[in-house]
Amino acid sequence: MKEITYREAINEALAEEMTRDENVILMGEDIGLYGGNFQVTKDLILKFGDNRVMDTPVSEAVIAGCAVGAAMSGLRPVIETMFSDFVTLMMDNLVNQAAKIHYMSAGEISVPMVLRLPVGCGTGAGAQHSQSPEAWLCHVPGLKVVFPSNPYEAKGLLKAAIRDDNPVVFCEHKMLYPTAGSVPEEEYIIPLSQANIVKKGTSLTMIAYGYSVQKCLVAAMQLKPKGIDIEVIDLRTLHPLDEDTILESVKKTGRVIIVHEAVKTGGVGAEISALIAEKAFSYLKAPILRIAGMDIPVPFNKTMEQACVPQILDIKKAAERMMRR
Amino acid sequence: MSLTNEKIIKMYTRMVTARLLEEMLNEMFNEGMLHGTTHLGIGQEASGVAPCMTLMEGDKITLTHRNHVGCVGIGMDVKKILAEMFGKETGVCGGFGGSMHMVDYEKGNMFANGVVGGGLGIAVGAALKMKYKGEANIVICFMGDGATNEGMFHEALNLASIWKLPIIFFVENNGYAVSMPQYRSMNIRDIEKRAESYGMRSIIVDGNNAIDIYNMTFSAAQSVREGFGPMFIESKTYRICGHSRSDIEQLYRNQKEIDYWLAKCPIKRLEEYMLKNNIAKSEMLKEINTQIMDELKQAVLYAQNSLEPSLENIGKYVYAK
Repeated sequence: MKEITYREAINEALAEEMTRDENVILMGEDIGLYGGNFQVTKDLILKFGDNRVMDTPVSEAVIAGCAVGAAMSGLRPVIETMFSDFVTLMMDNLVNQAAKIHYMSAGEISVPMVLRLPVGCGTGAGAQHSQSPEAWLCHVPGLKVVFPSNPYEAKGLLKAAIRDDNPVVFCEHKMLYPTAGSVPEEEYIIPLSQANIVKKGTSLTMIAYGYSVQKCLVAAMQLKPKGIDIEVIDLRTLHPLDEDTILESVKKTGRVIIVHEAVKTGGVGAEISALIAEKAFSYLKAPILRIAGMDIPVPFNKTMEQACVPQILDIKKAAERMMRR
Repeated sequence: MSLTNEKIIKMYTRMVTARLLEEMLNEMFNEGMLHGTTHLGIGQEASGVAPCMTLMEGDKITLTHRNHVGCVGIGMDVKKILAEMFGKETGVCGGFGGSMHMVDYEKGNMFANGVVGGGLGIAVGAALKMKYKGEANIVICFMGDGATNEGMFHEALNLASIWKLPIIFFVENNGYAVSMPQYRSMNIRDIEKRAESYGMRSIIVDGNNAIDIYNMTFSAAQSVREGFGPMFIESKTYRICGHSRSDIEQLYRNQKEIDYWLAKCPIKRLEEYMLKNNIAKSEMLKEINTQIMDELKQAVLYAQNSLEPSLENIGKYVYAK
């Protein structure tokens, strides 16, 4: 094992896949010598050349469209959006093109591409550079949406995403980029659509993804001395969901809290709540609870910015309340 | 390579096939035999077919909602086109696509797009792959005048130009985006001018003259193939029918204008050219028309007798593998 950051893990996954398969190419704004806005593609242009690591103009729509066409033609493009907020400028190509072409062509054409999105708040960049848009994309059949929670997950999931024959949206939380974690020296892959039970427990199930998994884990550790034994599930893939892992855990604990930074209304938590209500209602000992971002644009002020998304204390308090019921 | 007589006859055959197919589809819609909608390409047979005749093995095209002429132009099987119109399992998209989304990757039709301008990024990506792999192939990206007002148009032309991609942007300027005439949607007469601002070479062709379109597209294609970067062709033509099935009154234009363009029918003009240059005699042209009509009638029977797609497969193609 070795210690690397989330950022380095993604960089390693890209480098390994580019070495393995010459059809893997990268496109995006400032991803070449500049190394990407968050330095994720640093030095890849030196290793693989500018015909495989391609700086583009500020043209999100055609970056995505070009990736769709290249993928339909047999390449495996991985594209970067500077901030996930700018995915709005790519939506036609993701929603109407990438997600539907395999279906509309009755399977004749597939679109193996990955869109990397730096997601989330905490950087003080204001409402247009801090959103968590993952739920919008989960609403599109044909897309897969992945959101790793640490360096190990990021590397293994990105390698799986690149090898997948479908368009995959790969969300990366900005606050995780500098965080370190253990990663095996040898190659490994984490399959898509398989959730991970990060910590086993019996009293309550916490379901989260991305940065929120880290917050849930801390909350769980801090609650353990109080006799609250929390099971933490890292969804890993938000769409299509691993329903079995969720339902089995809820049936075991009978209590569930879903945590995410994205706004609550129409979020991934709403979908999971409905799933549990439909398929495991009789096992519930308490109402399902969502702890999610407030239904507001992300504010600039640091205190307000922190207040608008779930923090460890919010999660702990909610769990304690739920256990008292 | 100049146009051989054999190739001219083949081009003529495809243009007539496209015309008769569209007329037949229109009738079948009127009789309630078909579901959905369609966008007829009557009057645009030269613009749709002639560029496809210049293509080589491995070249690709992307098409629009008004794609049937291009599908015939690139040599797709009319049986499978008609089966798709009927939503049958034997259709080019197994009944999952329909009129606006005809695909035949092997024949070179990557995808026909229902979103105006939606095919431009895809075409650029296909051209990128050809350049990346060092292939001597090109892409012809078809679009209408309406698509040139989409943001994607500008992003796609710019990217293709800076990356010197092997692609021809072929605008079938048929005068209207649904009801919006070109003169009300842009302050330029020639859309070709837009290419210049991306440092892209461009030409204008008479969109109802198949021979001209072939020759000019062929030389453009040669230069694009040799690595000189993308080209832009504006083909000035006219949409004889309404925009789609729902465009009935057509209050936005008058019969005089339609008659002017009917007189410039691309098929009639090609026939005149063929007769004048002894490429074919009128009996031969009649024979070709009769054969096509027979083939189309057979194709309709094939489509009607084909199976409906199984409901069991309704979710089968959402994800690959």
